[in-house]
Amino acid sequence: MTTPERAERRRAWAAVAPALLWTLAFFVVPFAMMAAMSLWQRQGREVVRIWDLSNYQDFLSKPHLLGALWNSLEITVLVTVISVVLAYPLAWIIAERVPRHLQRLALALAVLPFWTSYVVRSYAWTLVLAKNGVLNQALIGAGLIAEPLEISATRGATVTGFVHFFVMLLTLTIYANLVQLPANYRRAAADLGAGPLAVFWHVTLPLTLPGIMVGAFLTFVLCIGDYITPQILGGNSELVLPQVIMLQLGRGADLPMAAALSIVLMTVVTAAWLACARWLRLERA
Amino acid sequence: MRTILLATVAAVAASAAQAEELNALVWCDHTDPALIEPFEKAHGVKVNLKEYEGTGTALSIVEQSRPGDWDVFVIDGIDVPRAIDAGLLAPLPVAELPMADIFPEVVLDGFQSRDGNTYAVTEKFGYNTISYNKEKVSAEELSDMQALWSSDEFAGRIAIYDYYLPVMGMVAMGLGKQTADIAEGDLPAIRDALFGLKKNARSVVDVVSSQTALATGEVDILVGGGEWVTAILAADQPELDWMIPDQGAVRWSQSIGVFADSERKELAVEFVKYILSPEGQARLATSSCYWAMPANAKAGKVLTDQQKAALRWDDQPDYLKRAQLYPAPDGDLDAAMQDAWTEMLQH
Repeated sequence: MTTPERAERRRAWAAVAPALLWTLAFFVVPFAMMAAMSLWQRQGREVVRIWDLSNYQDFLSKPHLLGALWNSLEITVLVTVISVVLAYPLAWIIAERVPRHLQRLALALAVLPFWTSYVVRSYAWTLVLAKNGVLNQALIGAGLIAEPLEISATRGATVTGFVHFFVMLLTLTIYANLVQLPANYRRAAADLGAGPLAVFWHVTLPLTLPGIMVGAFLTFVLCIGDYITPQILGGNSELVLPQVIMLQLGRGADLPMAAALSIVLMTVVTAAWLACARWLRLERA
Repeated sequence: MRTILLATVAAVAASAAQAEELNALVWCDHTDPALIEPFEKAHGVKVNLKEYEGTGTALSIVEQSRPGDWDVFVIDGIDVPRAIDAGLLAPLPVAELPMADIFPEVVLDGFQSRDGNTYAVTEKFGYNTISYNKEKVSAEELSDMQALWSSDEFAGRIAIYDYYLPVMGMVAMGLGKQTADIAEGDLPAIRDALFGLKKNARSVVDVVSSQTALATGEVDILVGGGEWVTAILAADQPELDWMIPDQGAVRWSQSIGVFADSERKELAVEFVKYILSPEGQARLATSSCYWAMPANAKAGKVLTDQQKAALRWDDQPDYLKRAQLYPAPDGDLDAAMQDAWTEMLQH
């Protein structure tokens, strides 16, 4: 290697060193500590450094712990699918039907709820969905129902709170993708005889899949790791994995079990990322 | 420029001269400015408050702090022995504290004193029992606690307070057991009753949500509630009340102590003395987060008649007789109880 090449390599390392050090200090080291702690045990009120897999065995053998993972997966998949289905038309309308000079305003209005605190927004939903809440009063007032619906403190309430949040997120990622799409592609398809549906199905949708997948992955990650919405809106009618992790920390100070459950959660997120990344790469190819 | 420099120097000097700071790890009732500001003004100090829920969380916070970071600790009365075992608390100068004025039933000597030293003093207490909307359900209907889980009379009208110790203690009492005698062998029966309770419940709720659930009419009954839920709402919603069923109630208490590593022990002790004074006690009892009985009986002279009525001041002798202390499980039983509670939540 020549001297200029060595200098160039040193400069390159110097450029990436801050990012590497940051990742090492604030991700790799804490993650390694958490992984190590997940192999310890809580005995009585003490954390004992016995290295084994008993926390993971407990997780797999206790139905109420394993059930929390299934609940998390079911809710997350449901939220992701509903959010994509609702966000896509909204993003499409803003990108295609709203005049260009008003699109910025339309987007701002679409994401307006982002401006309020996440916790406050969740509590606001409890008032909307309560037995005597806005929704039930409106439905009863309109004569559509006689008795109030039991929506609050259910999985439906949790999903509603999540979808409200993630539709905004997905609208942004899909919109960003739609506005980058050259109009000539669709014109070319139309010239070749494709109807509007065929244009959408064979041209627009495949080309906006990256935006959908980025948004869907973010939705999946944020939703499966969220504690606040299920806690406030779900009314503890069922537990998701982050709630069980919080129970280990707040109630029992069982850091090893909390660490083991966090590793499980990270494994699920990693699997989702691998699935999305591979799929997206194939699409781009 | 000179003016700016002078102003900066003056600000820095003022900041340096400004008062000592006291760091307290507390429950939410201590964050009420009406409680803290009189102490800050009287001593010219700043009290920094860190609020927590659950002793496990508090111990984690302390573990992650440096020795000397914390001065005052407000902790669940039954968890004081854990804090003493961990060497967290300093002996208190009991001669300077109004120990003789504390309601005798809530002194908890066995928990708070060891080898002749007192490490914490009860500052506030109350009951985990039943809060209810008396326009929707009568106290007579709720007099037998077992009806809450063994029949479907109240199905869909109940919320359960999400804290395993008091509610499992209540259920144990409903099943005819003493809270102090709960053992692992009792857990299957308690768990079955909890499953019945969950089946009838609309939700299992935290402190804030429990007040919201009752206040909005979402539910008519809160299992595990008490004066700490309804007393603060009584002025606006007099239909919300609380009662003790025939089988009794669980008594909770919170204690205050000084951290062994505190570098401001004198000031910390002054804070403890203020909180235990009749004035401090009255303010703590009617704090904006939740109301409950002051441990110092002399606070009755400071509280208004309306406040005492909401706290059921005159009924305390009877209530104290009918209430049993929170269960105080050892580590293994505690883990088993938490497991049973999580099973109930997931049921």
